[in-house]
Formats: sequence, C-alpha cells, structure tokens
Amino acid sequence: MTATSHHTVLSGLEPLVITPQLNFVNVGERTNVTGSAQFRKMIKEGRFEDAVEVARQQVENGAQILDVNMDEGLIDSEAAMVRFLNLIASEPDIARIPVMVDSSKWSVIEAGLKCLQGKGVVNSISLKEGEAAFREQARKVLRYGAAAVVMAFDEDGQADTCERKVAICTRAYRILVDEVGFPPEDIIFDPNIFAIATGIEEHDNYAVDFIEATRIIRRSLPHCHVSGGVSNVSFSFRGNEPVRAAIHAVFLYHAIAAGMDMGIVNAGALPIVDDLDPELRERVEDVVLNRRRDATERLLEIAERYKRGSRDPAAGNAEEKDAWRSLPVARRLAHALVHGIDAYVETDTEEARLEATRPLDVIEGPLMDGMNVVGDLFGAGKMFLPQVVKSARVMKKAVAWLLPWIEAEKLRTGDAGKSNGKIIMATVKGDVHDIGKNIVGVVLRCNNFEVIDLGVMVPAQKILDTARAENADMIGLSGLITPSLEEMTHVAREMQRQDFHLPLLIGGATTSRAHTALKIEPHYRSPTVWVKDASRAVGVAQSLISKDMVDAFMEKIRADYAEIRERHKGRGDARRLVTLEKARAQRFDGDWDQHRPPQPRKTGVTVLEDFPIAELVPFIDWSPFFNAWELAGSYPAILDDAVVGAQARELHRDALAMLDRLVAEKWLVARGVFGLWPATASGDDVQVLGGDGTTILTLHFLRQQVDKPVERPDFCLADFIAPKDSGIDDWIGGFAVTAGLGIDAHVARFEGEHDDYSAILLKALADRLAEAFAECLHQRVRRDYWGYAADEALDNDALIAERYQGIRPAPGYPACPDHTEKATLFRLLDASANTGISLTESYAMLPTAAVSGWYFSHPRSQYFVVGRLSREQVEDYARRKGWSVAEAERWLAPNLDYDPE
Amino acid sequence: MSAPLPWLHPQRVEMLERALDQRILVIDGAMGTMIQSHRLDETDYRGERFVDGHDSGHAHGEGCSHDLKGNNDLLSLTRPDIISGVHEAYLDAGADLVETNTFNATAISQSDYHLEHIVYELNREGARLARAACDAYSAKTPEKPRFVIGVLGPTSRTASISPDVNDPGFRNTSFDELRATYREATEGLIDGGADVLMVETIFDTLNAKAALFAIGEVFEQRGGRLPIMISGTITDRSGRTLSGQTAEAFHASLAHSRPLAFGLNCALGAADMREHVETLARVCRSFVSAHPNAGLPNAFGEYDETPEEMASTLREFATSGLLNLVGGCCGTTPAHIRAIADAVRGLAPRRLPVRDLAA
Repeated sequence: MTATSHHTVLSGLEPLVITPQLNFVNVGERTNVTGSAQFRKMIKEGRFEDAVEVARQQVENGAQILDVNMDEGLIDSEAAMVRFLNLIASEPDIARIPVMVDSSKWSVIEAGLKCLQGKGVVNSISLKEGEAAFREQARKVLRYGAAAVVMAFDEDGQADTCERKVAICTRAYRILVDEVGFPPEDIIFDPNIFAIATGIEEHDNYAVDFIEATRIIRRSLPHCHVSGGVSNVSFSFRGNEPVRAAIHAVFLYHAIAAGMDMGIVNAGALPIVDDLDPELRERVEDVVLNRRRDATERLLEIAERYKRGSRDPAAGNAEEKDAWRSLPVARRLAHALVHGIDAYVETDTEEARLEATRPLDVIEGPLMDGMNVVGDLFGAGKMFLPQVVKSARVMKKAVAWLLPWIEAEKLRTGDAGKSNGKIIMATVKGDVHDIGKNIVGVVLRCNNFEVIDLGVMVPAQKILDTARAENADMIGLSGLITPSLEEMTHVAREMQRQDFHLPLLIGGATTSRAHTALKIEPHYRSPTVWVKDASRAVGVAQSLISKDMVDAFMEKIRADYAEIRERHKGRGDARRLVTLEKARAQRFDGDWDQHRPPQPRKTGVTVLEDFPIAELVPFIDWSPFFNAWELAGSYPAILDDAVVGAQARELHRDALAMLDRLVAEKWLVARGVFGLWPATASGDDVQVLGGDGTTILTLHFLRQQVDKPVERPDFCLADFIAPKDSGIDDWIGGFAVTAGLGIDAHVARFEGEHDDYSAILLKALADRLAEAFAECLHQRVRRDYWGYAADEALDNDALIAERYQGIRPAPGYPACPDHTEKATLFRLLDASANTGISLTESYAMLPTAAVSGWYFSHPRSQYFVVGRLSREQVEDYARRKGWSVAEAERWLAPNLDYDPE
Repeated sequence: MSAPLPWLHPQRVEMLERALDQRILVIDGAMGTMIQSHRLDETDYRGERFVDGHDSGHAHGEGCSHDLKGNNDLLSLTRPDIISGVHEAYLDAGADLVETNTFNATAISQSDYHLEHIVYELNREGARLARAACDAYSAKTPEKPRFVIGVLGPTSRTASISPDVNDPGFRNTSFDELRATYREATEGLIDGGADVLMVETIFDTLNAKAALFAIGEVFEQRGGRLPIMISGTITDRSGRTLSGQTAEAFHASLAHSRPLAFGLNCALGAADMREHVETLARVCRSFVSAHPNAGLPNAFGEYDETPEEMASTLREFATSGLLNLVGGCCGTTPAHIRAIADAVRGLAPRRLPVRDLAA
C-alpha cells in the first residue's frame, strides 16, 4: 500500500497535520504536575474541575498538543491520568487537539493510551533499558496507534554531547524503522535540553550541542521531528522569570532554525526575540551559543536588573498578565500600544500629561516611542495588521485625550509639534471603496505622518486644491474598480498640467505596478510610486520624505518602471490576439441540438425587502475577510497558521462578536432584487425579451481573442444563451443585493470614538455579508425561483468552490469587464428604487457592501477572463453600444491590447 | 521496514486485491431488515438448545431465563436456514462480499441476553454460514469470487463517552473489557473462515481502537493475518462521529492498523454521506468503502429510499472516483444491492494515491 505523504497526522476530535509550513508545534505544558506547582496542587487536592480549566486555557492560548503528566510520588498516577483524560475527553474545545501522554512509568503511559480515541503521542520511550524493552514498547505504541517521543537515552545514560545525541537517535531510528516497522514520521526525537549557565564549565556547550544535534538529526533521519522541554535550559535562573523567558526566546530562535519543530513550552507565553532588551539579548545569546568564556558572569551581572516586574508580555496567568500595570507610566503606555490594550489609556495618558512639561511631550515621547516599536515590528513582519489597527486605536484615544490641552498650548506658544510629513489621501472620483485607504491612513498615522483624508468620490481638483492649501508633502490615491484607474491617470495628468512637484502614491485592489508604470507614471514627471499594500506604505512614504533617500529610491523605481514598459513593448508581438472573426468562429458550443434550457418557475422581477441578516451569516466566505486585513491564507486553515494564526483567531473572534451585535441590534438592513427574463443571443449581444417576445433591452458582451487550440473556445457570455436562429427558448437573470443600508451611522459612531478598528471591521463585515447575500440568493434562484437545481445540497465550502450549475458574473469583472452595462442591469431591475443601491458616475455601487450581476443557467457556463481586446473588437463594441471609439477606449482602457494615443 | 506477518489465506487475499484493482466491489445490504421480514417469534430465536431461555453452558441462578427474541446473531445457531437465505439473496443480487451475522456477537451486547459465554461460537458459526454461501456461489461463477467479511460491531457501550451526564469522567466500559471480547470474537470469525475482518459502525473510535488492538494480538499469536476493513459512522449532519471526531481525525486515529479499506456506513443516506466519503478518499491511502442507509428514517422510523434513488446517488460517487467498495446498511434489501451493482458495473474504481517521495 502506498502513502500520500510522510506528514505526521495526529488527532483529537480534529486532525493535526504537521506540515513544514506549521514551522513549530506548541505542546502545552501546564497540565504537567512536574512542571506546574499549581496544577500539582489541584491534582493532589482532587480539584479536577480546576485542572480541566488549565487544559482549556492551554488550548485557548494556542497549544496544538496537550502534554499531560501525573508523575508525583503522592499521587496515584495511573488513576489520575485516567480520570483527567476521561474528563477532558468530554470537553470538545479541549479534546479537539491531540494528547501527549507523559510519564516515566510505562504503566501510566499505557493507562493513558487506553483513554484516547484520537492519535496521541507517547512521551517517552528510549533505549535506557536496552533494545529488547525498547522494541517491545515501540510495538505497543504502534498497536495503540500513537506517535512517540524518543529520548536520546541509552544503556549508558542520557546523551549530553552532540555526537552522542546523534549516535543514540540514529540507533533508535534504525531499530524503529527497520525492525519494528514504526512510521518514521511518527518519531519525535528529544535530544535532551540541559541547563546552561550553571557555573560548571562542562555545561556551557549544552545548548549548542542540542542545536547542532538537531541540525544533523533532521538532515540525516528522514521524516522525523525534534522536540524538547525548553524550560530546562534556563533552570539555573529559576526565580528570575524575565531572564528565563529571554533565554527561552533566544534558544528557541536558534533551535527552530536548526530544525526543532516541536516543543514543550508555555503556549501562552512564547516570547519574541525582538521584544528583548538588546543588552539582555546579546548576553543571553553569548550564553546560549557559548560565545565567550565569561558569558555566564556577564549575564549574572545584569540579570538582577530584570528580575522585578515581569517583562513577559503574554504570560500565562492573570497575575503576570497584569504585572505591566506596575511599570512606570511611560512603559505602561508603550505596553498598551504594542499590545493594543485601550482599557487604561485615558488614565495613563492623564498621568503622563501631569508629569510632562508640555502635553505635546506625551505624544512625542512615550506615545511615539511605543508607536515606533509597533511600526518596526510591523515592518519586520512580526506584528500583523489587525494588531496595528488596534494599536492605532489606543494612540488615537490618547491623542484625543490630550487634544484640548494641546490646542490651549498651541494658542499660547504657536508650536504645533512636528510630524514626519503631511499626506493627502482620497478615493478618486466615481469610486466609493475605502477600506484599504483607511487602513493605509491608520498605518501612516501610527508612524507619525499627518494624514488628511478627503474620503471617497473626490474630484481631482479638490485633491489638488487641498494639497496646495495644506502645503502637503505628498498625495495618495486609492480606488477599487477599474474605471478608477483611468481617473488616477487623469489626476496625474492634471498634476503635471498644474505644475505640481509632490510625490504621488497609487494604491488599491485593481492598481498594479504594471499599470502605474505604463499608464500613470509617464504622465507625471515628479515621483509616482505604486504601493502594494499597507505594510509597504510607511517605507515608501519615508523614503519619499527623506532628503537623503529620495533620489536613490526614485532612481530604482524609475528604472523598474522603465523596464516594465520596455518588456511590455516587446510583449505585444509575442502572443498576438486572433481576429474577431476567428474568435467568433471558435465560440463556445452550447450544444443547442441537445440542450434545452430550463424554464424559470416565475419570470419577472422579485424584490426581497429587509432580508434577515442572520440567514446570511452561514454563507460568509471568510478568506477574503482575512485578506482585507492582509492576513494571508485561506479560512479555516488560517486560524491555525503558524505565522498569522493567533492574529487571525483574534480577528475572527472580534468579527464574530460584532456579527452577533449587528444582527441582534439590527445595525444593517439587507435588500435585494432579482429578475428572470426570456432572452435570446444575437452574436455577442443578448436581447432581453418582454412577454410578447419583443426586445426590451440589449446586453452587450465582449469576447476572448486568445489564440487557443480548436477544441478550446474563445468565450463570450452571450454563448451561454440560445441563439435566435436556433428557435430555442432561453432565459437570463440579473440581481443586485446590498447588506450595507444603515452602515454610515455606525461607522460614524466608531470614528467618533476614535475606534478605526471597529469602523474598518464593520465595513469589512458588511462587504462579506453582501457577498454572502449574493451567494445565498443565487442558491435560492437555482433551487426555487429558476428551479433548475431543485435538489442541490451544497455546503458553504462547496458554494465557495462554485461547485453548482450556472454562474453569476458581475459587470466590470473579468468575464464582462465593461462597468457601464451595470446601468442596463439596474434599469431592468429598477434596482435603485427596489434596493436603495445607487451607481456613481464610474458605476461603483453605493453602499459599497453591494453585489450585482447576471445569472446564466447553462450547465457548462463558466467564469473566464476576457483579457485583452484588439482595436477591431473595440470598434465593433463601440458600434454596438452606440459610442464613439474614444468613449469605448476610455471604458475598456484596462483591457486594450494597444495604445490608443 | 520489518516484514509484516504473512497472510493466513494468501490466495484469497490475492484474488480480493486483484478484483479490487479491476472494479468496484459490491458489499451486501442489511441483515436486520431481511430478518424482520420473516416475522420470527420467541420460539424461533430459542430453537431447541435455548428452549428454556438459556442453555447448559449458562451459570444458573435467579431469573436466568430470558426472552431471546431480537437477538438476531443467535439465529446463526437456532435458524441457520434463515441466515443462509439472506446471504444467498444478496449473492444473487450481485454482492461480491457478504457480512457475517455477528454485529452484536460481543460479550457486552450478548450480556443483555446473558449469553456472554457463546460469543466465540456465534462468531465462528456466523462466519461458517457466510463461508458456505460464498463458496457455493464462487463455485458457480469462478470468474467472480465471493468473500466473507467477518463483522465486529460497535457494542452497545462507548469507551470515550460518559453515560452519566453528572459525571463526564465516568465510563461504563473500558478499553480492556472491549479488547477481551473483541479478541474472542476475532478468534471465532477467523476459525469460521472469514476472508476479511471489518470493524464497522464505529461511533466511538476508542471502541474501534480496542478492536484493532485485539485483532493485532490474535494475528500475532497465530503468526498470520487477514486484511482489515474499517468503517466509521458519521452520526448526523454535524459531520462528526458520535464521539465527536471529524472524518479526517477518525482516519488519523485508526490508520496505524494499515487496513485494506477505510469507509463509512450507517446513520446517513448516501447523499448526506458523500462529503465525508470524499474526505476519506482524499486523505486515505487504502481502498475506500461506503455502505449508507436507504436514506434517512421517515416518521415511522422506516427507510424509504428506493433502490433506484440510492443507486443513482452512489453511481455519482463512483463516477467521481471516490469508491472501491459499495453496499448498503439499514433499510437496504437485495433489490437495493442489485440496483447498486448495476449502477457501478463497468465504472473504474478509485485509484490508490501514489506515495509522494518528495514529501
């Protein structure tokens, strides 16, 4: 029999697949009587309910495996193990993760294994009592269906040097794999972490021995893992938790790099190396890496200083969690900013103000120091966007508290403080999407830029006038829909014409480096830079502001853009489009000899007033929600992601809490409309017919012109509707839905409370709800109103994967890229009157949490990308639409295969 | 890797694997539904041997006479004609594999009838009846060999769920108790001539682990093994087993026994079972089986999905490449099995995933 892969798969109620992407698996250690005095006390006193709560906390704090150890002389270890495992088996939020049965007594391990329905881990077996006993235990472990931690321990004792660690592990591996038939991926080596800095010279190299052994073991023994009990390494500093945490952080940093991929750690308090004071970090690294003979003395010299006041930011228990409250006020503010805690910000800010000479000193001192840390951590990829936005919320609240005093001070002295620079930001005319722009604004403000946000649908002249009046340092434009690209080009041209010299930043979902290089930068002689996402915004803005950096930075950008233009020039010839005639000859064949389109149960327009938001929640596709916050990954896997998992879970929790409130308190109103009409295709157009068979309106679609093999069609949406000359009856549908009615008042409320985090969260959720509404309505149409898939039973994952029959392409998106067709759709549906959604001059929908599109029922209808269009097709399209060619070129600009100028 | 134990019946294993390689094999349908149709009474169940509600092997005592009606597994001893008839009806319908009438032949389940002492015998005789039926049909159609699946049922207790809401740590059975009775049952099934052992209707994975542990012990003692099939039960639309596992976690928990096949049966009709079978087909390196119920029970607790409906749903499983073995559970009849056999005939079986050496 063959295996699909060598990934270790453990399980509780849910699987834990250990892929290299997980990087490091946290084994929760607090349910271990040998490691936690608290837990030992609970077990000794028979307080098993409290003990279960410890397990729950471990899971909540991110433990991926739960280590359970009951080895204590005064406890009946077997009975305690069985009782505890049976109890947590009844708690689904704990039992979800696999258990590591930890004991030095085989009888306790076996008793534990008999309680686990999932695939757990035995901790541990070893060659301590010789090969025969080792083989016997390994066979048992295999029969119980568990993985095993194998200690680097043999008949002569525990391995201390790198050489012995590798030798014992290799010997154990060969016995397990070659003789016992143990799956190599189920072997987890523990090459022994011993205490360092003990004052005994022989111990100085223990950490290095472990790290080097790990490197060799992972390289030479395929598929195995390396784990260890990290807290041992700092044993000689017991009583000094901050220094211990620092040693753990440094040790893990190097051990993980060497291949240690699992560890028994306090899952709630995995410290970050970069959080450490540089002096402490250096001296700890000297000790861990055994870099100098006097390393231990030098660490001892400074260790006392760190003893008072926990510096451990995420310590496991409440006492440690609140320890930061006893720090000096400047440190408290910094802590609150870095950790996004707004509970005490006003009292702390007030305390700082009273201590400071000027209120502005509070901002320029502790608050900016804290925000600089946030900015650095974010820039280094060690903090994530939702955290930064929460930090900004703290900052805003602090600044709001200080503002009255600052204003008074300003009146007296005229000193307005200094910022990094002033940026005008706007979503361009015709566009209403602002989540991304708001996030960038928050991030820039965090980095001490002054941001003047002009909001959405801002005409070019207003942007430019404001920039002049405010004496701004740069301008940032944002947009989401494709017509905004043209508007941005227009702003660039105007800036050149009106003799501006400010840098121009371009951002937003449809913008790109290539578009900026090809279509915007050539029109404006001063710096023009595309900003990929919020995480790049600060770097770009700082480079542009800095007199030292700007020239080198722009030289590189200009060279990049020039190269893109060069490449693009060459590309036109490489893949030539086919003629419109050839593309049409290679149209999609709807099989009209055989296929009879399903007749809707009811034609005409149906309005859904005040659709219950609660019914939309199960249809939410969460992955784009996380992407909006720049957390990369797909839901639900992202919640367990090694890098962003913790942030994703927190964000998800906040989102679910807000969802509950917005449903219960009816913050938002959802309305929708859809219609189903008889239709017939005529070339690349579709005629929507009235009851009497006459044409009501004509829809215009575009066709792919890609050079494909004959069996692969050049698609046009009109191909999915029966052509007129076939004489076959067919139908088309259309819809428009929104879940954003009433959102403005709540966004304003949050902004009034200086809570951008909640404002952005609400907008992002409304967007998801609108998408969910579209998904939900499409399903109802398929099942009930059109009724061609009456028996469809798909869960949300299947819906997200579009495993249903039929499509719902939206005007302005790849299969039908002309946004202006949305106007036709809205006319058919009388959508503005029926739903309250309006269209801007660029055909963006308002509220922004809205979706509209066409319905096609053809069983082989599919999404596709129209892609580039030849001048021939643009001219043909202009004729069909009754436009001038220039007008067609303007609306289809992102798709043109040629330069119209 | 160390060599696994040899097969006890290498030729039969070879035939089975060859058949699995060529086509989707059909498992039989419900036993209980067929027995019900005979409308048997207490005397049928008792036969001669248990005429007093017990036999001589039973330790006599207060109230030792018990109603035995409903103890379907006992019919292998008291009405073997009926059990053989059911096997034959399914073989006629086109089943490649028939399941022994041993679903409740464990000490825990038989304790309801005070018949713990005949567990070995029930399993051996159950296997013998199926063996005889299969041999007769294999002789008739040598190109289509038939196989006996020795069934190990879930028992009526759960090792990882407390029956007492006030004490979640309490259990009314244990791994060792289950392991002991599964061991006895396994011995009987092997001695009666089973080709394959199937741990089925698994609603608590820990029970199944005990069964697989026991099977491993018996194999080791005998120095030879039979192929193992594992079939779990997703109890409802929550997508979990009764003991709370997802299909993927369930698979991870039992994959160490290196079974010939992993699958799902009972509780759900074919349509609701599909996504979980698909999950298994994705993660599983063994063959994949599905034997769903004939739909969900109606208001009268009856299963009313027709053979045609069920077969058409299962045919889609097959065309989607999910299946190696297919059959029926509660509410299915020879008509269902015939329709299923017809529906999957000629369709390619699911291909086993190839080992990704780079992983």
